[in-house]
Amino acid sequence: MTMHTAGAHAEHGEDIYGERAFGFWIYLMTDAIIFALLFATYIVMLPGTAGGPGPDTLFSLPRAAGETALLLVSSMTFGFATLSMLAGKRGAVLGWLAVTFVLGLGFIAMEISEFTGMIAMDAGPDRSGFLSSFFALVGTHGLHVSMGMLWIVVLAAQVMTKGLTAPVKSRLFRLGLFWHFLDIVWVGIFSIVYLPGVM
Amino acid sequence: MLGRLTIDALPLYSWVAMGGAGVTVLGGLAVVALLTWFRAWGYFWNEWFTSVDHKRIGIMYIVLAMIMLVRGFVDALMMRAQQAIALNDGGYLPPGHFDQVFSSHGTIMIFFMAMPFLTGLINIVVPQQIGARDVAFPFLNSLSFWLTAAGAGLILISLVIGKFSTAGWTGYPPYSGISSSPGVGVDYWLWSVLISGVGSTLTGINFMVTIIKRRAPGLILMRMPLFTWTALCVSILMAFAFPALTVVAALLGLDRIFAMHFFTNADGGNMMNYANLLWIWGHPEVYILILPAFGIYSEVVATFSRKRVFGYHSLVYATAVIAILSFTVWLHHFFTMGASANVNAVFGIATMIIAVPTGVKVFDWLFTMYRGRITFHPAMLWTLGFIVTFVIGGVTGVLLAIPPVDYLMHNTTFLVAHFHNMLIPGALFGFFAGVQYWFPKAFGFRLDEKWGVRAFWCWISGFYLAFMPLYLLGMMGMPRRMERYDIAEWQPYLIVAALGALMVLLGIACMAIQFYVSVQRRESLRDGTGDPWDGRTLEWMTASPPAPYNFAVVPTVDDIDAFQVMKERGTAYRRPDHYLPITMPKNSMIGIMMGAFSFVFGFAMIWHIWWLAVVCGLIMMGAVIARCCNDDAEYTISAEEVAAIENRRYAAMPGVAS
Repeated sequence: MTMHTAGAHAEHGEDIYGERAFGFWIYLMTDAIIFALLFATYIVMLPGTAGGPGPDTLFSLPRAAGETALLLVSSMTFGFATLSMLAGKRGAVLGWLAVTFVLGLGFIAMEISEFTGMIAMDAGPDRSGFLSSFFALVGTHGLHVSMGMLWIVVLAAQVMTKGLTAPVKSRLFRLGLFWHFLDIVWVGIFSIVYLPGVM
Repeated sequence: MLGRLTIDALPLYSWVAMGGAGVTVLGGLAVVALLTWFRAWGYFWNEWFTSVDHKRIGIMYIVLAMIMLVRGFVDALMMRAQQAIALNDGGYLPPGHFDQVFSSHGTIMIFFMAMPFLTGLINIVVPQQIGARDVAFPFLNSLSFWLTAAGAGLILISLVIGKFSTAGWTGYPPYSGISSSPGVGVDYWLWSVLISGVGSTLTGINFMVTIIKRRAPGLILMRMPLFTWTALCVSILMAFAFPALTVVAALLGLDRIFAMHFFTNADGGNMMNYANLLWIWGHPEVYILILPAFGIYSEVVATFSRKRVFGYHSLVYATAVIAILSFTVWLHHFFTMGASANVNAVFGIATMIIAVPTGVKVFDWLFTMYRGRITFHPAMLWTLGFIVTFVIGGVTGVLLAIPPVDYLMHNTTFLVAHFHNMLIPGALFGFFAGVQYWFPKAFGFRLDEKWGVRAFWCWISGFYLAFMPLYLLGMMGMPRRMERYDIAEWQPYLIVAALGALMVLLGIACMAIQFYVSVQRRESLRDGTGDPWDGRTLEWMTASPPAPYNFAVVPTVDDIDAFQVMKERGTAYRRPDHYLPITMPKNSMIGIMMGAFSFVFGFAMIWHIWWLAVVCGLIMMGAVIARCCNDDAEYTISAEEVAAIENRRYAAMPGVAS
């Protein structure tokens, strides 16, 4: 979009990037409802282990702590990417996005190893209602993180080819919202799924 | 290679099923043939299918709703015919087929008739009522429509390839689980609901942002037209209720595909969690359907009583209160689940409280008519028919809100009569009123009133004949969804109900004739002013049909009924010295493409054709990425062009001194 059309919008009191950010906030709220219902389902189904393994035998606090550390640090590095964007430093934006991507990748790798380990010890999602709800909740979060990583790649490519133009910056801003949102959901997962499970 | 799809999927098991498949296929072929014969593909592709104009999208939504209305109504006729003759007799539909018919009837009427109908009306009207040039996210709007159309397409194709669900429109487990329903029927239901549900969530987001951010200067919330108010509340409900539907359908899908245990009978499954999740969406959904109709009635009753609506503020607050309360009553759909008496009492009382704001609305509409100069236009007839009929449905609803009464009436035809008594007058009549009222805005000519009046009388008498007997049958203990029965006392009532359905059929025929006659006589019905009813709100300020940008100059608002006030002050048609260029969104083929691939994706998931599902998923992801990289989604209409369009409009406008 050229400055001219952006100006034409401003003339009618329309702020398209503000609208998009607002719409994205509402989208995140709809996503939060999806997670809220998955959390509720998890809590409802906690007793439904059907004689299979329960939270106390399946979860490992060091692993959950490691995943938490990776994701929280990645939120911080995304914050640095946003600050570099505001400062107009293209190289720094790309660098911090790369660090964020690697940290996300580490998180996903740990999660996949956790899931495959559970499936190998006959604690897969088809074992019991409890495990179905665990995999649905944590898996949905992991899927979101994977999509976020795909989006980091797409936007890094845009930063490289288009530079820090107004639309690219607005997209980076919304991706940041998404990434931090996933962090908050993870804090919920850590506190509701892993901590009570091992304590 | 083709998963579960074999030649056995064709409906060769009965003549009735083959007939349905034949009509569907021939209907599709006829549309393709007509478009080809008139060489209209290019026109429809460029002007409609790829359009991101909210008015075009709105019209496409309503066309989809009308097609699905006919399809869903045929289901209703089939059920009424079966029950009229099925005393100690199998009738003409075997049980499995009858079950498909009632499942598809409910699914179609809720998801693919009522939802597209109200979304279409909101699309056409709301941006014009708030003085906007389009919605906040025009491309997303197109995407929402095509996702809805993809879901509807899956329902239609289920008549031709495979069978539809027999688990009712709510798909309760464990019956809808894989062990009881191993076929593709539940999957058809599941994927059509999932795909169109995403579309509805996006529509909710889109209109929340549009209404909150794109209002004309001076149009503060408490000056917004009441239809826009209901649209805002409905958008909030859509955005926050539909994710629950997404979750519940996805979890049922995981149960069915990956043998998980969310809702299974054994292995730790909890099927009552399904009922909770479904109705956390399902009760707000009732108000998603009804609130827009309330908004339409508020507009119609004010316009055709020639008065400002009585109690504007109370109508706004009543709307908002209904929207909030709609999230607090979901348990009344399953009082018989066996929650404690106290839980049932809380939800029963919350349910009864909704009658209060609804009652406020009814009185406001009555007082608006009091001492008004009422015109009995068809839109007004639908409104009057609604007020009388809806109150009856409301009273039976308060009855059902009493848990002990509900224990007696649960799953009887009394319930069927009740919710049809809410949704037909409370939603459908409103949408019909909206069509009568806003048709000239969308197309530039009025609808023939004589056939409109006939349609109304056929519909309303058909409604009473079809559903009042069901109340009595429910009190006589007749369960819903009976394919056959052996109690002779029921049959006379069922025959009356079938006659009622035939009256409704006449009503639908009158509507079809009304459209035909009106198109034939469009020159004499033409409206050059853009304001055929002496309207009160901003949508009547634009041309009919409106220019792509709706308003050449965005109006400034300083009161409720902004356009009426402008007309009184003589400023309504004042033209500016010069026009400015206007930036509008470009058409995009990504919306229809996403719809097409989500249709194939759904089909592949239903039939377990995994490779095809993966291919479609990748293509859709690629399309989203391509769209995200597009920085050139707008074009500019030059000031000269705007001036030319406006000059044409004012030259054609009779009797308005500019």
